[in-house]
Amino acid sequence: MALEFPSDEWIKELSRQLNNSESYEKSARDWEGDFIFVVEPDQAYQGTAYLFLGLFHGKSPDAAILSSEGERPAEFVIRAPFGAWRQVIEGKLDPIQGMMTRKLKLQGNMMKIMRYPKAAKEIVDCCALVPTDFGN
Amino acid sequence: MWYFVSPQIVFGEGALDALDELQGRRALVVTDAALVQLGLVDRVKAHLDKAGIEMHVFDAVEPDPSVQTVRQGAQAAQEYGPDWIIGLGGGSPMDAAKAVWVLYERPDLQPAEINPFIPLGLRQKARLITVPTTSGTGAEVTWAIVLTDAIEQRKMGLGNRENAADIAIVDPVMAAGMPPRLTADTGLDALTHAVEGYTCTWHTDVTDGLCASAARLILQYLPRAVADGSDMIARERMHNAATCAGLGFGNAMASMAHAMGHVLGAVFHVPHGRAVSICLPYTIEFAARQAPERFAELASLLGCSPPPAPPIGGEKGGAEAALALAGYICDLCRQIGNPTSIAALGIERAAYEAQLDKLVEDAFNDTQMVTAARVPSFDELRQLFLYVYEGRPVDF
Repeated sequence: MALEFPSDEWIKELSRQLNNSESYEKSARDWEGDFIFVVEPDQAYQGTAYLFLGLFHGKSPDAAILSSEGERPAEFVIRAPFGAWRQVIEGKLDPIQGMMTRKLKLQGNMMKIMRYPKAAKEIVDCCALVPTDFGN
Repeated sequence: MWYFVSPQIVFGEGALDALDELQGRRALVVTDAALVQLGLVDRVKAHLDKAGIEMHVFDAVEPDPSVQTVRQGAQAAQEYGPDWIIGLGGGSPMDAAKAVWVLYERPDLQPAEINPFIPLGLRQKARLITVPTTSGTGAEVTWAIVLTDAIEQRKMGLGNRENAADIAIVDPVMAAGMPPRLTADTGLDALTHAVEGYTCTWHTDVTDGLCASAARLILQYLPRAVADGSDMIARERMHNAATCAGLGFGNAMASMAHAMGHVLGAVFHVPHGRAVSICLPYTIEFAARQAPERFAELASLLGCSPPPAPPIGGEKGGAEAALALAGYICDLCRQIGNPTSIAALGIERAAYEAQLDKLVEDAFNDTQMVTAARVPSFDELRQLFLYVYEGRPVDF
């Protein structure tokens, strides 16, 4: 059954997929740094959602939807309109290119992320494994 | 959306004359000591003299320039106060010049902070000219800066669209003195740029023509340029082709052969063009088994796919055509006397295997790896490094 994006169930399923991914584990085995993905409103989505994804040494210890950006600390925050997130999840927008064109706005140390491009790709690949309902 | 970045390019025989009309006061030439000795800096100085521009030379750039070297160059720039910086040489001096320029304009930055995600605000103090002396890295037209962290033995992919040169002067006379081995290595680097720029997942309609045209020119003229360095038609065609390939891959991306070649260069000091071109056919063979389409399309455009040729833009280009492209490239390497395996470089197997974990780890996390048509797993990449060492056809 498809999981609504964005939702607590969706981000938890992504976390589960990452924990099942040997490829992600190998590419991120010394990574430390949590993320908040901010889904901003656009024509297809009203409201703002904050998805927390914990990442530590190749695993995702926890994930949850937050009520506000400040609810939990995170080293990285990526903001984008709903439509841009959809493009990333559907594999139509490379996240690195997305950040380079400012379609995804990163708050945090970009150079740290650029040292783990394979891990970033694995996260996107795991997103594609989550059956997703975008609501239209 | 994506971007296409290019300097103003002055190309062809006599292009260096464009310096006669340069407006400015002082130029800092960033280069290496060998080019000073070869008289190539003097050629540039003669034109700057005509323009009434003073010149100072920073010639400490080494192959695979280090972070430490560019800091020294930036210090030289701070002391001299140029309004032009001229990167003269192969990829190393030109990339070093880009970094020196950025640090001259932004002394608040560390070299590792030169990234494509922040505005740099350049061109407050100086502008950049690049003059390639090899055919070549394409660095004269790209915004990428490759520096080496000598302590970690790791290449760093840096750069920002703003630090592309203002003017690239592509005069074949500057490359005419290259000996055959250097001609071969740098020509194969250009070919790898063209092939990877066409076949990576970041390929674009705007760059495809440049990549295909560059590959066609290189396949035709590189053997001539290697065989006879005085063949100025071949020299000019190769010089232009390398710039086209640079524009192509520089505005798309390189790919797996570069990710593997970077680590071979960082760890075993294999010349860049030799390293990437050894890896290229194996990465094509690896991709051919699951994602051959773009390679097959390029093979068809270059006339090296076996009949019947697959339709251009067809849904399934064919592994056979992709493998034919890999074979064609291997044949070219052999024709011009370049090795087709890492063992042929004389690197002992024990030494190679001792570094295998590092090779795999660093290549796995190279930014060029993620644009591969078929991205290897960690174990597949390890296996690939062994196959490339042995010169064994890829069968997985």
